[in-house]
Amino acid sequence: MTVPMSMLITSPIFVPLLTAVLATLAYRRPALQRAISFTGILALLACAVALVQFAIEGRPMAVSFGGWEAPFGIEFSVDRLGAIMVLLTALMGLAALVFQIGDPETSPAGEPSKPFVLPLLHGMLVGVGGAFVTADLFNMYVWFEVMLIGVLGLFAAGSRLDQLEAAFKYFVLNVAGTLLLVVAVGAVYAVTGQLNFTALSEAAAFLSPGMALLLLASLGVAFLVKAGAFPLFAWLPAAYHTLPGPVLALVAGLLTKVGVYALLRVFGDVFAPAPEAALGLALEALGWIAAATMLTGVLGAAYHWDMRRILGFHIISQIGYMLLGIALGTEAGNGGTLFYTAHHIIVKANLFFIAAIAWRMTGSYDLRKIGGLANARPLLAIVFAIPALSLVGIPPLSGFWAKLIVLRETLALGHVAWTVVALVVSFLTLYSMMKIWMEAFWKPHPDPSHPLEARGLAPAWCVTIGLALITVLIGLFPDTLAGYCLAAAAEIGGAR
Amino acid sequence: MKRRMNARVVVLETVVAPLYWIILAASVWILLRGHNEPGGGFIGGLVAVGATVLWGAARGPSSARHKLPFGDPVLLAAVGVLASAVSGIPAWFVGASYLTHQSFMLPLGFTELWVSTVMLFDAGVYLCVWGAVSGFGLGLLAIDDDAGDEGADAAAPRARATTKAARRARR
Repeated sequence: MTVPMSMLITSPIFVPLLTAVLATLAYRRPALQRAISFTGILALLACAVALVQFAIEGRPMAVSFGGWEAPFGIEFSVDRLGAIMVLLTALMGLAALVFQIGDPETSPAGEPSKPFVLPLLHGMLVGVGGAFVTADLFNMYVWFEVMLIGVLGLFAAGSRLDQLEAAFKYFVLNVAGTLLLVVAVGAVYAVTGQLNFTALSEAAAFLSPGMALLLLASLGVAFLVKAGAFPLFAWLPAAYHTLPGPVLALVAGLLTKVGVYALLRVFGDVFAPAPEAALGLALEALGWIAAATMLTGVLGAAYHWDMRRILGFHIISQIGYMLLGIALGTEAGNGGTLFYTAHHIIVKANLFFIAAIAWRMTGSYDLRKIGGLANARPLLAIVFAIPALSLVGIPPLSGFWAKLIVLRETLALGHVAWTVVALVVSFLTLYSMMKIWMEAFWKPHPDPSHPLEARGLAPAWCVTIGLALITVLIGLFPDTLAGYCLAAAAEIGGAR
Repeated sequence: MKRRMNARVVVLETVVAPLYWIILAASVWILLRGHNEPGGGFIGGLVAVGATVLWGAARGPSSARHKLPFGDPVLLAAVGVLASAVSGIPAWFVGASYLTHQSFMLPLGFTELWVSTVMLFDAGVYLCVWGAVSGFGLGLLAIDDDAGDEGADAAAPRARATTKAARRARR
């Protein structure tokens, strides 16, 4: 183990942790805090690129903390799957930080009234990064906790009454999931005596079917709470819409996907050698949950008029597609889930960024109170159309390929019902995007005297146009990402 | 008219000055003892919080806040985390993995001192717990104490204002 490699594997937690601490120490000097914050996220991005590069080269990347070896110590290990998730985390962190410059809620001009937003944001990234690189089940639970605390801080940092209420709801409902997770981890340890992923997957083959089903179900339900799946997503629409724009985009882009990642890791990798009877039943249940998640999410979105709530329900709906890929239990299914997750993080964060721009120009998130954006800013209309159509799955954008990979595999395995639900949900997604388009962009603003202008939007433009470009690039050259995702799936193996 | 949580207790106010340092000394003893025996940074930090909160109860949260190292619980906790995080770095330079703790004898001429990076880690935990829990404790004390530091609850008046606005809106 060479020194730089050991440093590199630790970087997904070490870099954001150091950044968070230094940004806290500089909390009375906003300019210095911002400089530290950008240095930190760029360093994380560089480390993530290196991790992906090494993962492609197939170098073994594992490190045991404090030199205590695997069955006893905590191991970090990075494969293709973890590496690309870290890369997406760093990319979204950078996007949110750029967008945050000039955001009227978190960095109002003149006074430094929100000194802890940046440290908390990096603190949240510590948890996200840790969950993606750890190879230890209990350690993963710890990173979920770190994430929870970071997000709670971000909810409460605004100290508006509705934000405090949202923080409370988020906390109570998520702690239920967290408790379930720690119970599940305890059960896994009681039965197998192991927590390390490699050791667990060796032990999984010797479990009795009943016990394997119990462990899979309890872990699965806990992670489904975190992923925001049907019927456990109540915390998401109850809380997300109170966050300030750039923070919301980052949280919405990343957090539920950590739950999806955990499910993929547990069902597709760690417990893949579990007895077929148990795993098959668990995956079958997951498939129906995925279908129900897609449908309830998109129907919830159809009901709402607040852009943030509409997009929030669409997160849930899209989570369904990712779960569907896992539920197939094949390598192609797992690869499809990874492709879908990568595409979704970029597209969904971008839609929230665009909604925040629309809010700054029109003065509201409520579709009934705004309008006229297509005339005032044709470029914004185009930038909105790209992620919106990608979310629906219109070729040649990234969402089309994501859905194609997942649904082709679903159909190939003969799951006609799930395929039909997925296609119907695509049409309903189109309806929601049309609603935002017609109301926010096409119809004139209800108040003709509203200026439809906002100051300091330059960083926001850079972010949204940059992310839209990535979406288009993935759409035009899907082979690169798809090849990587399928290789990642082949690396973790598949259940079947 | 300022309202204090409790009226002045002269005995407490007098006794707290020596007591503060005695409790801190005890907490440091617990921290150092934790190296090989029960004790350590976490419990030591909690004892130190006892000293700070006692001072806060006797002479006001604002005064207790200024008495902390760096004069600010947030900075104190951040320095603690920084110390703990940094304590894992020397391992990289001897080719070991992060947080593999190193120890060596430091010759002082007349005697040798046993130095280890674990001590730095534990001291970091101590400072972090002291800062973070003191911050909560003093914040709670300041709720009923208008004499509290104005920076402590810059958020509180705003929350109160929003409550009023919400009530007005409901009418």
